[in-house]
Amino acid sequence: MPEARELTFTAAIREAFDIAMSDDDGVFVMGEGVADPKAVFNTLAGLPEKFGKHRVMETPLAENAMTGVALGAAQLGRRPVLVHQRVDFALLSLDQIINNAAKWHYMYGGIYKAPIVIRLIIGRGWGQGAQHAQSLESVFAHIPGLKVVMPACPQDAKGLMLAAITDDNPVIYLEHRWLHGTRGPVPEGRYLTPIEQPRIARAGGKVTIAATSYMVVEALKAAEILDIFGCQAEVLDLRVLRPLDPAMVIQSVRKTGHLITVDTGWGKYGIGAEVVAAVAEQAFSALAKPPARLATADYPSPSSMGLIPGYYPTAEAIIGEVFKMGLLTQDAFDGAVAALRAQKGTLPIDVPDPKFTGPF
Amino acid sequence: MTEIASNDLRALFRDVLRIRMVEEAIAERYAEQEMRCPVHLSIGQEAAAVGVCAALDKDDLVVSGHRSHAHYLAKGGDLKKMIAELYGRATGCTGGRGGSMHLVDPACGFQCALPIVGGSIPIGVGLALALKQAQRPQVVGIFVGDATIEEGVFHESANFAAVHRLPVVFVCENNLYSVYTHLSDRQPDRPLADLARGHGMPVWRGDGNDLGQVLAQSREAVAHARAGQGPVFLEFTTYRWREHCGPNYDNHIGYRTEEEFQSWVPKDPMAQLAAKLRAAGQLTAADEERLRGELAAEIAAAFAFAKASPYPDAATAGDKIYA
Ligand SMILES: Cc1ncc(C[n+]2csc(CCOP(=O)(O)OP(=O)(O)O)c2C)c(N)n1
Ligand SMILES: [Mg+2]
Repeated sequence: MPEARELTFTAAIREAFDIAMSDDDGVFVMGEGVADPKAVFNTLAGLPEKFGKHRVMETPLAENAMTGVALGAAQLGRRPVLVHQRVDFALLSLDQIINNAAKWHYMYGGIYKAPIVIRLIIGRGWGQGAQHAQSLESVFAHIPGLKVVMPACPQDAKGLMLAAITDDNPVIYLEHRWLHGTRGPVPEGRYLTPIEQPRIARAGGKVTIAATSYMVVEALKAAEILDIFGCQAEVLDLRVLRPLDPAMVIQSVRKTGHLITVDTGWGKYGIGAEVVAAVAEQAFSALAKPPARLATADYPSPSSMGLIPGYYPTAEAIIGEVFKMGLLTQDAFDGAVAALRAQKGTLPIDVPDPKFTGPF
Repeated sequence: MTEIASNDLRALFRDVLRIRMVEEAIAERYAEQEMRCPVHLSIGQEAAAVGVCAALDKDDLVVSGHRSHAHYLAKGGDLKKMIAELYGRATGCTGGRGGSMHLVDPACGFQCALPIVGGSIPIGVGLALALKQAQRPQVVGIFVGDATIEEGVFHESANFAAVHRLPVVFVCENNLYSVYTHLSDRQPDRPLADLARGHGMPVWRGDGNDLGQVLAQSREAVAHARAGQGPVFLEFTTYRWREHCGPNYDNHIGYRTEEEFQSWVPKDPMAQLAAKLRAAGQLTAADEERLRGELAAEIAAAFAFAKASPYPDAATAGDKIYA
């Protein structure tokens, strides 16, 4: 068998756009900076040159209006993709997203559709602070009529984007910038990752870790170390938050009896709460221990790296929960934590890898 | 236009130079990776900040956006607290919670800076509403960029300020770019100030790199707003020298040309002012050197203060969520 082709998350997104725009003239991208030299963290590099600036379209600073414009264009067969360099900027467009796009099909008795994609980038890191690092997936996942996806690997970054563009409903595509540099196998050509189910990122039988987006990376780090210390974790990448299909999580918990959820957003009213509720409703007796929810601390994201420790869930915090559930001896726990810290080395707390530096 | 006394300009030269030297010091040390937050430098745009703030009274209020260093310093913001904030230290102006994009110093009337573009505009209008309701004499300066006024919230706020004749001075620094997107890709070819005219405001348009002109026009505009005649709009043409966010030059990356940048170098607000003062016999080489020495010492002390300050205690990160 030929070796699987590897791409970065960034290149996978770019390839999705290249294919979508080549296959369908109606697909176009709009947003602030989409055609600038930085090409939205390089995810759109070369596309303005290839498809023209009318299809990779710069917009004024007008988030709410542009969302309505996209929805309007979609009524006559266009398939717009809106891009926001931060989730936080899209908050200005919640009116068009929640009042209009989400309800469009329903409000008009099924006459109309709202095939738009809204790409939101989570800006964690390098002191971005309270207004440039929010995740907010549960805000969108709360809304009937929206679909919400959060890819965690390059293969899904491409497949979910192609599926989102093809879907006849408004899809919120949340992309964590700490994933941009990650690499993984990506099939060639056009394929759609169905907006339906989680993915088993790693199989295991002792504990189920259900994570979203960048937290899948932390969960996999934890699982690898846990494995060395005799505890096999099953890592589920939730990836489709709405519609949420809990069947795979429930199936896993029936096997493991233990559940830990790890969110990129706040815990209260968050994705973890939804997953735990689904498990409690449908498989209460499968739980050997109360489930644990990990999420960002219950306050806005501070800028100073001095205030960051304890803010974001980490592989170490996941291992801590596994220990609290009685799945590790004290010695194994100490060993796992030591191994994890050795792996992390001196990497500062506000970056995913040494190549990630400010200022943007 | 009112005549500007040249000793006014002489005093303001110090402020322009001070902001320039602070920003250059940040740029120089940014690569050390100890200021771990985004920085939007004001190099090239200092005259608008200094001229407008000089036309305001000490107890007038100012709000700004992401590019706020010059506004903060021109209004009298504490330099040590600003640098400490960039270093994420407990002694910073928000104790490390906000970083460079959330500068604040109520002691000098620098009410707030917010990096969601346009987010501080209605806050400024609300300040003006409160001032009017309390029959206080202050005015509010709202600093915006050429792209900021594209946001709906500008128009909603401007309309409200106009219909209620609120004491607001909108200051638009038109540096031709929104990040790496030129004005012509975002707006039709007409004066930005026409947008304010459409909201019934008197407007002044000027060379934002000519401190004398900025000051003269700002004084007229501020007087109008203070007299209870409603909001006013100042449009100043200027140019950002460094990258949108960060310490470097970026003329090579492909959104603007080196030639365009070079055409703005002779219009450097600081060099122009210095030349004018030298010609008027108000600034000798020795004066300038002494000034630079004083400022360099002040700036070095601010950086030393920041670096010697502790990080905030992570255990306090969850404090102050509710008042
Ligand atoms: C609502 C919102 N949209 C987009 C951004 C990203 N952004 C930050 S600064 C900026 C450009 C603002 O340009 P302008 O108002 O002209 O100010 P300048 O940077 O030129 O000083 C943009 C698009 C943001 N911070 N907030
Ligand atoms: Mg601008």
